[in-house]
Amino acid sequence: MSQHHNQPGFTDQSAIRNFCIIAHIDHGKSTVADRILQLSGIVPEREMRDRFLDRMDIEQERGITIKSQAVRVPWTYDGQEYTLGMIDTPGHVDFTYEVSRALAACEGAVLLVDATQGIEAQTLSNLYMAIDHDLTIIPVLNKIDLPSAEPDKHAEEIAGLIGCDPSDVLRVSGKTGEGVAELLDRIVVDVPAPSGDPDGDARALIFDSVYDSYRGIVTYIRMVDGELRSREKLHMMGVGTTYDPIEIGVISPDMMPTRALGAGEVGYVITGAKDVSQSKVGDTITSAAHPAAEALPGYRDPQPMVYAGLFPIDNAQFPELREALDKLKLNDAALVYEPETSVALGFGFRCGFLGLLHMEIVSERLSREFGLDLISTAPNVPYEVTGEDGTVHRVTNPSEFPEGKIKKIVEPVVAADIITPKEFIGAVMELCQDHRGVMGTMEYISADRVEMHYRIPLAEIVFDFFDQLKSRTKGYASLDYHEDGEQAADLVKVDILIQGEKVDAFSAIVHRDKAYGYGVMMTKKLRELIPRQQFEIPIQAAIGSRIIARETIRALRKDVLAKCYGGDITRKRKLLEKQKAGKKRMKMLGHVEVPQEAFVAALATGETGNDRDTKDKIRAAQKTEG
Amino acid sequence: MTYEVYVHVPFCLRRCGYCDFNTYTAPDMGPGASRRDYASTAIAELRLLRRWQLEHGIDEPAASSVFFGGGTPTVLPPRDLIAVLDAIGELWGIADDAETTTEANPDTVDAAAIGALADGGFTRISFGMQSAVPHVLRTLDRTHTPRNVADGVRAAREAGLEVSVDLIYGAPGESLDDWRTSVEAALALGVDHLSAYALTVEPHTKMGRRIAAGELAAPDDDDEAAKYEIVDDMCTAAGLRWYEISNWARPGHESRHNLGYWRNVDWAGVGPGAHSHYTLPDGGARSLRAWDILHPRAWAQRVMLGDVPWADSERIDSDEDVEERVMLGMRLREGLDLDEIERISGRDASAVADELVHEGLVERPDGVRLVATRRGRLLNDAVIERLFDALL
Repeated sequence: MSQHHNQPGFTDQSAIRNFCIIAHIDHGKSTVADRILQLSGIVPEREMRDRFLDRMDIEQERGITIKSQAVRVPWTYDGQEYTLGMIDTPGHVDFTYEVSRALAACEGAVLLVDATQGIEAQTLSNLYMAIDHDLTIIPVLNKIDLPSAEPDKHAEEIAGLIGCDPSDVLRVSGKTGEGVAELLDRIVVDVPAPSGDPDGDARALIFDSVYDSYRGIVTYIRMVDGELRSREKLHMMGVGTTYDPIEIGVISPDMMPTRALGAGEVGYVITGAKDVSQSKVGDTITSAAHPAAEALPGYRDPQPMVYAGLFPIDNAQFPELREALDKLKLNDAALVYEPETSVALGFGFRCGFLGLLHMEIVSERLSREFGLDLISTAPNVPYEVTGEDGTVHRVTNPSEFPEGKIKKIVEPVVAADIITPKEFIGAVMELCQDHRGVMGTMEYISADRVEMHYRIPLAEIVFDFFDQLKSRTKGYASLDYHEDGEQAADLVKVDILIQGEKVDAFSAIVHRDKAYGYGVMMTKKLRELIPRQQFEIPIQAAIGSRIIARETIRALRKDVLAKCYGGDITRKRKLLEKQKAGKKRMKMLGHVEVPQEAFVAALATGETGNDRDTKDKIRAAQKTEG
Repeated sequence: MTYEVYVHVPFCLRRCGYCDFNTYTAPDMGPGASRRDYASTAIAELRLLRRWQLEHGIDEPAASSVFFGGGTPTVLPPRDLIAVLDAIGELWGIADDAETTTEANPDTVDAAAIGALADGGFTRISFGMQSAVPHVLRTLDRTHTPRNVADGVRAAREAGLEVSVDLIYGAPGESLDDWRTSVEAALALGVDHLSAYALTVEPHTKMGRRIAAGELAAPDDDDEAAKYEIVDDMCTAAGLRWYEISNWARPGHESRHNLGYWRNVDWAGVGPGAHSHYTLPDGGARSLRAWDILHPRAWAQRVMLGDVPWADSERIDSDEDVEERVMLGMRLREGLDLDEIERISGRDASAVADELVHEGLVERPDGVRLVATRRGRLLNDAVIERLFDALL
């Protein structure tokens, strides 16, 4: 076996080190990863492209790693050649489960912190997760080349968090490459070798699965026990399907087929699966001929936590939207959708997402990669509503909210961790209280920064919480959250009526205390957005049959050109023709013509209704309520 | 067949802030385009137009109306205007009972000039009075005083001319009472014809920029609607009835020239930016609309080269013909002949017509013609669009 030393499929576990990099967005993870590839010699200088590992354009542009990747990197230390498996982890709250699977595929984690910023909430929660997975943590400060870097201060902070000595915190610059070789040495020395059973029945953990338009589904795996060979049938233990693998291999840095993958190694399998839902993150792959008795722990189906309706502005684009969602689904097991018909918006899809960022990314890809103009309804979390007769409804869309008396409504709750400079503690507390947050503990992670813990209904987070947190803390606070059970809540459905007709797209499930605010804000917005017509148009907000807010669009009194003499006729005719064409883009709600732009603008979030008129109207509405 | 001639005089002593007409204040615009040369260039264009008409099989009859508009035609001396009028008479003839009008600013004509125009063949004068309220006149950048208007009207009547005045409503700062004052003053002059226009602000004008900058309030549709109702009521009470959305006259004193535009007659337009309209004798398109080059200098150069100085033209196809008939007909008290328009378009609009009647936007006084009610006049564009939907 010695001639095969360090060859894929024949690498002794003692020479393997698998690690991931935990970092906040913008803290330079991809730059450091690029340096590692360059130093190891597997990516020639001239092919070096910034952020080699982030493949999707949108990731490059937003600086977010959505899909983790795994690269096999050779590194020589003390005269011996080692094989490093570098697993790139996603960096955002919506992908917590994917992060946890990536961590489960490693023995060590590089905690990468921007030396100008210090640690952020998501980094911290990923760090805790890594510690829970028993990973060896290697603390590193990045961007030490920047003049604003404060490595000593942040080394103290990190040392306090993980219980090491500040001098143990490595200092690197992804930009200049300084300190990166030392980091690789440190990985070899500190990160334990894998300790699976090389002779046992094969068990491989799927930590990522991506759709490639040339290769089909590419599944990234970490061999835990035994060996998988390219010519044997594979079995997915969770999903329960069996495949003849088309190819098994490693990535270094491009895909390289091998005959086998052995215990401890990181690589990929192409199974011929049609979409990623057949090759799910967290599942265990074993040999069909000699299946393992037990799957690896931790597998679960991703649960959508945020729902919204997506509708093409031009309803003729509905088939294109379906096709686009089908394509995205190939690569995104967490995305769920089903057709939905809205009186106001026509045909579209009710889509479920892991979280807000996931929703944003999907919408953006639909418009950018597929050229679709979409209207998105307000995001909705899944509620469990019990009617008076005891029937339980799962409500992911306000239109599913049962009529009549409600016995109980249960909503999902998250545990939110917020890190902020201490001068914004008051602002954060106020924001959380406004959003029905219940405060837990608060700790100083350094002399001037605190970590605050809240329990907040998810519904409060998905609307505009993050934007408000950023604006109230001048961008300094960071947020992480994870599911934390559910609670009963006093929620109501607010309907918006235009000329007495309910407009489904504007209905929302909100806390009773916020119902007036929502009603006043929406009716006011719509009064501004809907053009005046020949008749008066009442716009009302209602809970059931009770009107809680009302605005009126007065009847249009004048719509005529004053002068139409010989020289005006051509221009006037063209103007009328243009207006006629414009009418085609209007939606009819009863007799009321509503421009598409009004829907888009009315559904846009971000307006908090802080003006005086809105506040007065909310107060008046609440008073009449008594 | 009716034939009219329009002469555009593109000069003013100063430009008003709201104005977006094709007019220039410089006295010297270069050879052929300056005030002193204007009449001779206009006459040269008239000859070119006559030649073009004959080459295209269009032999127009004597003009039943000639209208000098602007700009301010009376910036030119009466003899220049009369020379152009005479040239029209030589080329086509002017009908015995023809209406010959010139627009005038109250401060650019005196009794002598008015007398000269009357002697030279003019039968009608239309004064740009705009308002009788000094602060409104200032907002509109008008240089005349209410007194000038009274003097001008008296002189015109003494010279035997028909007189009309123009008013503008909706200027920033004009109250409803200001407006009543203006209408009252106009009617007190004893005129037989009055035009009242809602102020329409174009963004590229001085007033448009001042409104965009927040220095002036934008005209308000509701305010203008109220003022429309005021002028309509006051005119009706004084015996002037509406015959077009923005025009009122004692019966028999309607402007025949303008009625021609709305009835789609033929006319030749002379001068920079002037439009012409000809019913085409051949079968294809229904009619031709053409318009002269806008800038006086470029216009004059083309005329001096011996070319018809049109910037562009369009042929009106059958759909556009229907559109024009609807949008022009619905402006008039005589209304739109529903049977005729249905025959031309080949479609049935009776359901929409019934709806419009039901909604109080239209009346059918003789069961055939559709005539806008006052509400239908104020919402005229909406009425037109509904008829477009039914007829196209």
